[in-house]
Amino acid sequence: MAVPEKLTQTLDLLGSVPDRTERIQLLIDIAGRFEEVPPRLAQRPFPEEAQVPACESEAYVFPEPRPDGTLDFHFAVENPQGISAKAMAVILDDTLSGAPLEQVAEVPTDIVYKVFGRELSMGKSMGLMGMVGMVANLAKKRVEGTA
Amino acid sequence: MIELVTNMERAERKETEVSEIENRGYVNPGVLVSTDWVANHLNDPQVRIVESNEDPLLYPSGHIPGAVEVDWTRDLNDPVRRDYLGKEGFQALMRRIGVTKDTTVVFYGDKNNWWATYAYWVFQLFGHDKAKIVDGGRIKWLNEGRPLTKDVPSYPPSDYVAAERDDKRIRAFRDQVLEHTNAKKPMIDVRSPAEYSGEKLHMPDYPNEGALRGGHIPGAKSVPWAKAINPDNGTFKSADELRALYEQEAGLKPGDDVVVYCRIGERSSHTWFVLTHLLGYKQVRNYDGSWTEWGNLVGVPIER
Repeated sequence: MAVPEKLTQTLDLLGSVPDRTERIQLLIDIAGRFEEVPPRLAQRPFPEEAQVPACESEAYVFPEPRPDGTLDFHFAVENPQGISAKAMAVILDDTLSGAPLEQVAEVPTDIVYKVFGRELSMGKSMGLMGMVGMVANLAKKRVEGTA
Repeated sequence: MIELVTNMERAERKETEVSEIENRGYVNPGVLVSTDWVANHLNDPQVRIVESNEDPLLYPSGHIPGAVEVDWTRDLNDPVRRDYLGKEGFQALMRRIGVTKDTTVVFYGDKNNWWATYAYWVFQLFGHDKAKIVDGGRIKWLNEGRPLTKDVPSYPPSDYVAAERDDKRIRAFRDQVLEHTNAKKPMIDVRSPAEYSGEKLHMPDYPNEGALRGGHIPGAKSVPWAKAINPDNGTFKSADELRALYEQEAGLKPGDDVVVYCRIGERSSHTWFVLTHLLGYKQVRNYDGSWTEWGNLVGVPIER
């Protein structure tokens, strides 16, 4: 299954920045574009079923159907210091919102290492992988007609 | 006049904060410093402020002026084996961040200081006991509107000579933990209740947390690590509140030989810090293999 085109482009872009400091600065800039889920879709307290498992930054994912049947992905990150989670949310929204659901459903969780590098703590990598996995799972359920 | 009043207010606030930590009844209150103390020692050559986070983007996004970063993955771990750095690595780290034997290292970080206490614990494996934790950590500094900078400081390298790592005093290995549980000695599992019960590993769509089996080490009592923290400002709870938590609720006694663990030993280093320094327990060891080791070991007992 092909990887969504925008995701491939973003991973290529990040991969072209081998210097760790530059890559981190790029990710910080990306996190700065984070916008929380609009109130029309969800408000606090956010529902438990929207919470990303294993994410210590208390990230939430909210799908919103588009007229063409694909999904937009919106996020909330409750930890004010959760910069990595916010960067991941922006990347997932930028690259997977509106992408073919069959492709989104197959996005592997280990893309977090292509985004952040291998030098992630176990807990951090699991939380970020949980965000990817939850987005993929929402797409999968949509494809299967169970959501 | 305005400046005079501001300085007086600042001095009064400093006095209040210092006495406030001392008045909490800790056995070793000197191991904590307030954010005011940090603000007053930003340019103290005898102090090295160290930020240690779980999130690798935080320090580069802004940190306390003059603070260096000690990254758990890159700086404190062996790059190949699952183990901490050895004597040579620790010596190189201390030289790089310009720390001498006489430098007081002051740790702070995200997540209520859990990574800061982890770094602190690793430093204690090498006996660098001139070390403190900033009460309230990074979030308290931020919430007080104190300055951050993106400037990465550079200090002249030191000639630090590291001691050999001593794993006996404060670190527990799996065979010792097996003996400990067989002897029915006290243990504290600091993970979440769902991890303690094993429920998480059975939840649908839940990522495997690095362990094949869920549950806890037989006899371990559940005291989630963050219960030691005041949720409103990230500071440590008072000694009376901590005793209620660990002694009245979990049944520990000050003379106990205690093992603490979590998933990889990071959250439990926070509880190790609380029991050892704030409550004065003499024999507390952190089992850093924790559940990612125990939950994968063949044949060891597990309770659910």
